[in-house]
Amino acid sequence: MSRRPQGWPKTLRRWACTPLSCSLAALLALTLGMPALRPLFAALFPELDRPIYQQDSFAALVLAHVSLVAASSAVAIVAGSVLGLAVCRPAGRAFRPLLESLLAMSQSFPPVAVLAVAAPLIGFGEAPALIALVLYGVLPIAQGTLAGLDAVPAATREVAQGLGFAPWQALWRVELPLAAPVILAGVRTSVVINIGTATIASTVGAKTLGSPIIVGLSGFNTAYVIQGAVLVALLAICCDQLFERLQRRLSAWQPTEGAAAETAPPPSAGH
Amino acid sequence: MIEFAQVSKSFDGQRAVDALDLVIPQGELAVLIGTSGSGKSTTLKMINRLVEYDSGTLRFAGEDVRRFRPETLRRRMGYAIQSIGLFPHWTVEQNIATVPQLLNWPKPRIRDRVTELLTLLHLEPEQYRRRFPHQLSGGQQQRVGVARALAADPDVLLMDEPFGALDPVTRAALQDELRRIHALSGKTIVLVTHDIDEALGLAQRIVLLERGRIVQQGSPLELLTRPASDAVRDFIGRSDIGIKLLALERVAARARPGEAATGDPIAAGATLREALSAFVTRGVERLPVIDAQGRPVGTLHFADLLPPAP
Repeated sequence: MSRRPQGWPKTLRRWACTPLSCSLAALLALTLGMPALRPLFAALFPELDRPIYQQDSFAALVLAHVSLVAASSAVAIVAGSVLGLAVCRPAGRAFRPLLESLLAMSQSFPPVAVLAVAAPLIGFGEAPALIALVLYGVLPIAQGTLAGLDAVPAATREVAQGLGFAPWQALWRVELPLAAPVILAGVRTSVVINIGTATIASTVGAKTLGSPIIVGLSGFNTAYVIQGAVLVALLAICCDQLFERLQRRLSAWQPTEGAAAETAPPPSAGH
Repeated sequence: MIEFAQVSKSFDGQRAVDALDLVIPQGELAVLIGTSGSGKSTTLKMINRLVEYDSGTLRFAGEDVRRFRPETLRRRMGYAIQSIGLFPHWTVEQNIATVPQLLNWPKPRIRDRVTELLTLLHLEPEQYRRRFPHQLSGGQQQRVGVARALAADPDVLLMDEPFGALDPVTRAALQDELRRIHALSGKTIVLVTHDIDEALGLAQRIVLLERGRIVQQGSPLELLTRPASDAVRDFIGRSDIGIKLLALERVAARARPGEAATGDPIAAGATLREALSAFVTRGVERLPVIDAQGRPVGTLHFADLLPPAP
């Protein structure tokens, strides 16, 4: 450590060897450098004429995949959290059981079936894929929102009200921050699943990292399947690690063993 | 300061509070006491409109509480509860600053107020202001809860079994604290408890509730010497009313000044109950009395424990 040049910025050093930066580096390297692996795939699958998927560049596929996931997750996050919030308010409480069964239903449709129904109705391309992904992604987010808000202690709510918070102030400044780690856990699940599910959007003509997988499956080209699948997996891992960081930041106030040992007073009375 | 006139409240057809008449004057420390289900918490929560009453009128500072916006009303009343309810994602400083912030006080003023309150509650400001609630002991958390209730210098302090979850030592320390704060600030305090000793030790007026009605109200001395009914006598503890009476008075009031005695002394500020304990455990009939500075001020005889003849 002490041998490192003095000029290295501290933040850069801290970033250089985190799991997140390693996976991001791997993702970037494979996205741009896949053609360079031609000899490897040629050796692994000698019967294949074209061992590297070349219809689109992998960079374009990753970009298309990420934007499809981002768009559908954004809609799912807004819809899921708004729905979850709405049925936790006094005005919407009556609709909670309805929402919960609707969400469970939406989860029980396989996304492929949604695509199969949606594609003939609204045509091929990204639109049916978006619908399927949003439907599929809303459930964990809405459930996370419900669980997060449920977990706010009743005493905390009561005190917030008793001290003179207006209802929206209590929601915004107390309930949501306290629920945030659980809500974010729902978002994390939703987005990571979404990254995997988005591959099947290629069956209705959307361009994603699923394209090499679908083409590979139909053309018995295992190399294509591997190339697509590895990139999807790396993307999901990066995303998961990113959320883990975010989650740690949002729950900084929670007791962790390390932090508690560092700052807590000696064994305390009560709690 | 707070006037209930024929106030009633029912939950699902059950009368929780039944035509309650009660006046709590400015500056009084009133304790609402009763068994669970007696309506004491409901009565407290009607004052800051956490519970809306069904009928009657409830006035605060001369005005019907319904004429205030609930938030405005609540920000003028400190509120502390048993489970403390500190906001776990905020530091001690942010927690105490809750109401001042809602009232948009300027930052330097909030900061000064937090420092002042932490000092008042014997928490070293620089050591504690940036801690999170989970880094505090139960007693420290409750101190912060009391500081938060006091932060915006409210007209009234409402406390719902504030010391209920604490161990006896911490609880006694915080009761002393509250007595001191009340004496210093002269605030109107309404406190709910089911602990008769806490009520006797803190209250200027005890309001004993049962099934939503007032069974008796009066000073601790009145309740102990003239219980209105057998039920009251049972509630305050039939067998040790005498001991409780002794706990209300200080050694200084009964000591014979100028007289000297030998042996372990007792503080003039101790209660007669502590004196009784000292007589019995030490097996003596006379105790030398010393003041806070340790100077002898007189002697207490065992017979002095008996109430003076009328």
